[in-house]
Amino acid sequence: MADHNPFKLERKKILVTGASSGIGRAIAIESSRLGAEVIITGRDKKRLEETSSHISTMATNPVVANLATEEGINTLVDSIPALDGIVHCAGIAQPIPFRFIDKDKIDKIMSVNFFAPAILTQKLLQSKKINSPGSIVFISSVSGVYCSSIGGSIYSASKGAINGMVKGLAIELANRNIRVNCVNPGMVNTGIYDEGTITQEQLQEDAKKYPLRRYGQPEEIAYAVIYLLSDASAWVTGTNLLIDGGYTLL
Amino acid sequence: MDVNDFVKNFADQFEETDSSLFTPQTNFHDLDEWDSLVALSVIAMIDEHYGVKIKGEQIRNSGTIEDLYIQVRGNV
Repeated sequence: MADHNPFKLERKKILVTGASSGIGRAIAIESSRLGAEVIITGRDKKRLEETSSHISTMATNPVVANLATEEGINTLVDSIPALDGIVHCAGIAQPIPFRFIDKDKIDKIMSVNFFAPAILTQKLLQSKKINSPGSIVFISSVSGVYCSSIGGSIYSASKGAINGMVKGLAIELANRNIRVNCVNPGMVNTGIYDEGTITQEQLQEDAKKYPLRRYGQPEEIAYAVIYLLSDASAWVTGTNLLIDGGYTLL
Repeated sequence: MDVNDFVKNFADQFEETDSSLFTPQTNFHDLDEWDSLVALSVIAMIDEHYGVKIKGEQIRNSGTIEDLYIQVRGNV
């Protein structure tokens, strides 16, 4: 009985994008600790290697690729085996008041947060690199699905788009027993706001608005993703898993 | 780059505050309308007009509009 574990990921090949930092790094590491053979990708070779140094069960070498480009997506798809799970973590956030948006700024956010995961998934399906049964997980957000923030309209749009797509994709892939779900985190302690538009002081004040009195840790998102990748969630598809320390209750 | 133009661009981020209240010596944090949206708008305005990426910390540490102007000028 001691080895009973419905959340184990043994013999599953799992691709994690955005694995060079933050939530993606934690997902790659925690998945491997539950037995997954992990494939990690990201833009930064050095930081990817830092992630891979914590992983003992890699399916392939880390793949350095910029998924905002078609070339980056093709490089990735061509260099990986068929997958049992995919976790789309690559994402950017740039607070900007709506009055200052323009097409370039929308393109920049949408290309990383929406177009890249959409096109990558399409190409993987087209090249028959998603096994049945399989599980696809998108890291969305509370933003754009449950709430938003000042300067967050385009980021929200990109995450709302993911949530909409997940529902349609879940229906289309259900007959192949490929499940498609979203995780919607509140603020997690990652480097996503390190460029400094928002001050550390503002972030500390903001954290107090959470009923559980803090931001999340990347591992706390990884455990939810592991549930959705594992056979424990075999009857779960098209859902949003909200993980926000109670933020959206208020 | 001119401080009076900067003050005007800064003032443009406000909707209700009387334009006579904006001078290089204005302590902008004390203005009733100053809030996080205006602060983000000032950051976006500086990026758009001057090509300088100002951090939230620099806004916080600037007392007057001129203080901020000096930081922007130093980065142009």
